Amino acid sequence: MDLIDILLSASFWTAAIRIASPLIFATLGELICERAGVLNLGIEGIMVAGAFAGWMGAYSGLGLWGGVCVAMAVGMMFGLIHSLLTVPFGLSQHVVGLGVTLLATSMTYYAYRLALPEVTSPPKIDAFQPFEIPILSDLPLIGPALFSQTPLTYLAFVLVVVVWAVLYRTPLGLALRAAGENPAAVAAQGLSVTGIRMGAVIVGSGLMAVGGAFLTMSAFDSFFFEMVNGRGWICIALVVFGAWKPGKALLGAILFAAFDALQIRIQQTPLGADIPYQVFLMMPYFLSILALIVMSRRAEVPAALMVPFNKGER
Amino acid sequence: MRLEPIANPGVARSTLLPFAAISSTVVIASLLAMIAGANPFLVLGEILKGAAGSKFALLETLNRATPLIFTGLAVAVAFRAKLWNIGAEAQLYAGALITVVLGTGMLNWPAGLLLPAIAVVAMLAGAVVLLIPALLKVRFGVDEVVTTLLFNFIFLLFISMLLEGPLKDPMGMGWPKSARLIPEARLPRIFDGLRLHWGFALALIAAGVVWVIERRTTLGYEMRAVGLNREAAQFAGIPVNTVLIKTALLSGGLAALAGFSEASGLKGNLTLDLSPGFGYTGIIVAMLALLNPLAVVAAALFVAGIFVGADSMSRAVGVPTYLADIMLATALLLMVLAIMLTRFRIVRE
Amino acid sequence: MAKQDDVQKRAQVVLRLDRITKTFGALVANDAVSLSLHRGEVIALLGENGAGKTTLMNILFGQYTADSGTVEVFTQTIPPGNPRAALDAGVGMVHQHFTLADHMTVLENVTLGTHSLWKTNLDSVATRAKIVRLAEEFRLQVDPDAIVGTLTVGERQRVEILKALYRDARILILDEPTAVLTPQETDDLFETLREAVDLGLSIIFISHKLHEVMAISDRVLILRHGKMVAEERTSDTDKHKLAALMVGSEVHAPEVAPATPGPALMSLADVCTPDKGNAPGLKQVTLDLRAGQITGLAGVSGNGQAALADLIGGLIQPESGTLTLEDGAHPNWTAREAVHSGVGRIPEDRHKTGTIAEFDLTENAILESYKDAPFSRRGWMNWGRAEAFTREVIDTYDVRCPGPGTRIRLLSGGNMQKLILGRVLESEPRIILANQPVRGLDIGAVNYVHSRLLEARDKGAAVLLISEDLDEIMALSDVIHVISEGQLSPEFARGTMSPAELGVWMAGHGFEAEPAHAS
Repeated sequence: MDLIDILLSASFWTAAIRIASPLIFATLGELICERAGVLNLGIEGIMVAGAFAGWMGAYSGLGLWGGVCVAMAVGMMFGLIHSLLTVPFGLSQHVVGLGVTLLATSMTYYAYRLALPEVTSPPKIDAFQPFEIPILSDLPLIGPALFSQTPLTYLAFVLVVVVWAVLYRTPLGLALRAAGENPAAVAAQGLSVTGIRMGAVIVGSGLMAVGGAFLTMSAFDSFFFEMVNGRGWICIALVVFGAWKPGKALLGAILFAAFDALQIRIQQTPLGADIPYQVFLMMPYFLSILALIVMSRRAEVPAALMVPFNKGER
Repeated sequence: MRLEPIANPGVARSTLLPFAAISSTVVIASLLAMIAGANPFLVLGEILKGAAGSKFALLETLNRATPLIFTGLAVAVAFRAKLWNIGAEAQLYAGALITVVLGTGMLNWPAGLLLPAIAVVAMLAGAVVLLIPALLKVRFGVDEVVTTLLFNFIFLLFISMLLEGPLKDPMGMGWPKSARLIPEARLPRIFDGLRLHWGFALALIAAGVVWVIERRTTLGYEMRAVGLNREAAQFAGIPVNTVLIKTALLSGGLAALAGFSEASGLKGNLTLDLSPGFGYTGIIVAMLALLNPLAVVAAALFVAGIFVGADSMSRAVGVPTYLADIMLATALLLMVLAIMLTRFRIVRE
Repeated sequence: MAKQDDVQKRAQVVLRLDRITKTFGALVANDAVSLSLHRGEVIALLGENGAGKTTLMNILFGQYTADSGTVEVFTQTIPPGNPRAALDAGVGMVHQHFTLADHMTVLENVTLGTHSLWKTNLDSVATRAKIVRLAEEFRLQVDPDAIVGTLTVGERQRVEILKALYRDARILILDEPTAVLTPQETDDLFETLREAVDLGLSIIFISHKLHEVMAISDRVLILRHGKMVAEERTSDTDKHKLAALMVGSEVHAPEVAPATPGPALMSLADVCTPDKGNAPGLKQVTLDLRAGQITGLAGVSGNGQAALADLIGGLIQPESGTLTLEDGAHPNWTAREAVHSGVGRIPEDRHKTGTIAEFDLTENAILESYKDAPFSRRGWMNWGRAEAFTREVIDTYDVRCPGPGTRIRLLSGGNMQKLILGRVLESEPRIILANQPVRGLDIGAVNYVHSRLLEARDKGAAVLLISEDLDEIMALSDVIHVISEGQLSPEFARGTMSPAELGVWMAGHGFEAEPAHAS
């Protein structure tokens, strides 16, 4: 198959958008945290926890949307732990983030073993099904790609707009961005830096968990260990690539997902058969590193990212 | 609330708080054991018994602690200079890779020559693996946390590729594993009949050497200065970037020794499950040790004990082994909190 | 103004602090401090660093809770510990270190925190209209859509004042507002303040510059060691009396004997350095630092002082032009090279660049010389020698501390600076870079540092004194240069220029090529 053929096929773009969806949720979540000044390395573990919680919620009869809510709540709980330690206590965001990832991952696996002690393969749920939006889904190429997706994908795209609008068009977003630029400015105006930052981390973590849940409830229909597989770390690179802006982060996620979808297809070509499959699997990680290198000089990092704020201190 | 620095924390404060952190960890583990329907005292007792209840258990703990001392030192050294090396896992595999490349017949040297040669080349390989993210950080300002994390995934895939390709054991019946090391490339046991190899002794020596470097050499002084205040170090004329590169080389080399020690001392070949996350666990070890190289040994023994103990507890009581991981993650978070609270008091405002 | 009016106006108390006490551990930061501010009045709050001015304001703004005492604004008691309460009651504060987000616009900075967080829009049109109106009314010209990071220091201060006015503040508190301004900008600020007073606002002016206090205030309150020690009507007092009250005793600044300048020990010829973000680099700077002479560098902060300090300290190299010492040019100019060539460097920020907080005194004392004998040999440290050296510095420079093993963060600013001074002077440098050497110190420590610098001068060192405090520059310097937008003025001998004349140069006028004010 020709490269052009691949790029012009609807199924390719459908796959790309599907692959991008969990990344969009989690990247938005990380972006919210970082815009408020907190690096959240708990993202990988929170996605694992979200993947399990959403799937388990649906499996236990709460329904698909019930499952999404459970995932969100679990993510927010880990966000609360993270933000408590990093914001009022000002602990190292690196160490706490990795600790939260370890905690969330191990608690998930523990819960999985307790919930399903004897199973060899995890049960399946009735996952979200593609919903074709009338008329729009009939458009060539972008119809199937954008308008024949599952509801969670639509939600991801809506969230990009919502997050953008909140960040740039509301007093809350203004305060959140200022907390990441100069927390002293926020405090001087009588607002609580602690409250804003903790809120951002909690909500952001909730979104990360929904990103994880997408994997078990929309992309697949079951939970496996290692299924998040570094996607959280990739999202951190995507935030940098997107220059901390929701729109650019969305573009980054889609671009990244397109490459991922492409490598899967190239693997199936005669050319791809000669190359070890591991090379293809490495590509997303290499791409992320490349994105970091390219963007490292240009991006405007929130000035107070990773700088703890202690009230009354100069 | 607000945090206020304490000028001179008392002995009570600086001992009780870490103790409280560990106690709370135990309490949380007990609660989780109860959720699993087990008697918490039984669970904790079994963990203790499994970790140190017999000669066999103790040796198992020492063996498990060996790679953790190396990765713990690697992380401690790097974190000391605020170089966030989360990639000890990749560096470990680099060391193991060199071990099987050189030690499966490529070099037919006597053990006295071969083992040191492998160790040195393994260290170089680990150093190079961390050198790339370190250079990216120094040259382009790319955050090394993400790059070292991503390199872990890349390197594991690379190993997987080799194990299914050029390094594949022809006698391996299709399993992705390397050929076995020749006897000269195996680290011998310290005592005849006891399952404890010289890797453990090497780990203890490494801890001592790192301590001497940190406290007694100009490099150690530079590393600490760069870690505590990069701007002041720069002003004083300390070559910050060079120090970071040197730190990366040392840290990567130490992590690689973990791979060498596991492959040569314990396993005798290379598989994809050589390390169940020793690189990541090294972070916990280093943090529990407050980055002190000598305390890394104690922390590694503690962490190894929990893992080994949890394995045997799980066989006996049926509570999932992941309890150990939860305990360690909890201990890590509570310990950094406790250490902070020994230096600051909370003031209500 | 008619006397009758005056009395009537004074009758209304807009702010009353009543017996405020606040302790931090053993330290009594505020000891039963009371003050009242009337409508249309300017009071000056005078005191040394550490006298308790900042703590008092933090209590007013709810950042701290007082142990006892009450705050009343417009006769309403303010609940303690609530940062919004004072703001909502109409008190606005202009902080010494601006609380602005540099990457955001003026409009965004002014709007921040003025709407309920849960409102769904920002109302930019109405906000912009109000900002423009206030800017006109109070003569605070500034573009609402400019990114704050691109503004000059003076403009940023206007934004800070606008922030307070936008919230309809009736009481303005200004913390050391003139520290970063040229004399002319200070005059503009005073104009704005008088405008505000005429419109019925009341002002608390926190400062330690006596002539400004005399110029702007109606009353002066003096804080010392946390206590309100005196209250004077400005018209009934003078600078000398205030200085004595502030310090608690008559102070004598060190006598400055005439200098006997020698040859140039360091010469810059047509040196340019690159800009660094908003901080300008040097533009064709030519400068001689002569032996036995203190060269003062005056200028508004952010005009190239950092570049010059970095250059002399070895942190950056000339992009073009030459840097020459007695022994010739130094093409490989680094911090270590500078130290080895006899440049002693007192950095601007002793907390961030001068010391490492978590290191003990010994480790800090050898920060620049750890690689040299006797402190290390072939990569091995000799801690015994390092500690002996530190003890010597502690004794010679009167560093008050429990011992060389103490972490330096536990020391007061003055003692920290004495250790740095010892570290620098013990190596008997030929050239001394003193960048803001007394910022934030109390008068005792200021005099100590100054007399040590004079002593070094008299022993033949070439001293470059960089300070934003024009008074300090004029008192100590044998010759003065003014720096503006990276350009250096000609050399002015001691006593040949008045502050106002220097101020013209500080504002960027008088240079051969007028600097481009665009950008």
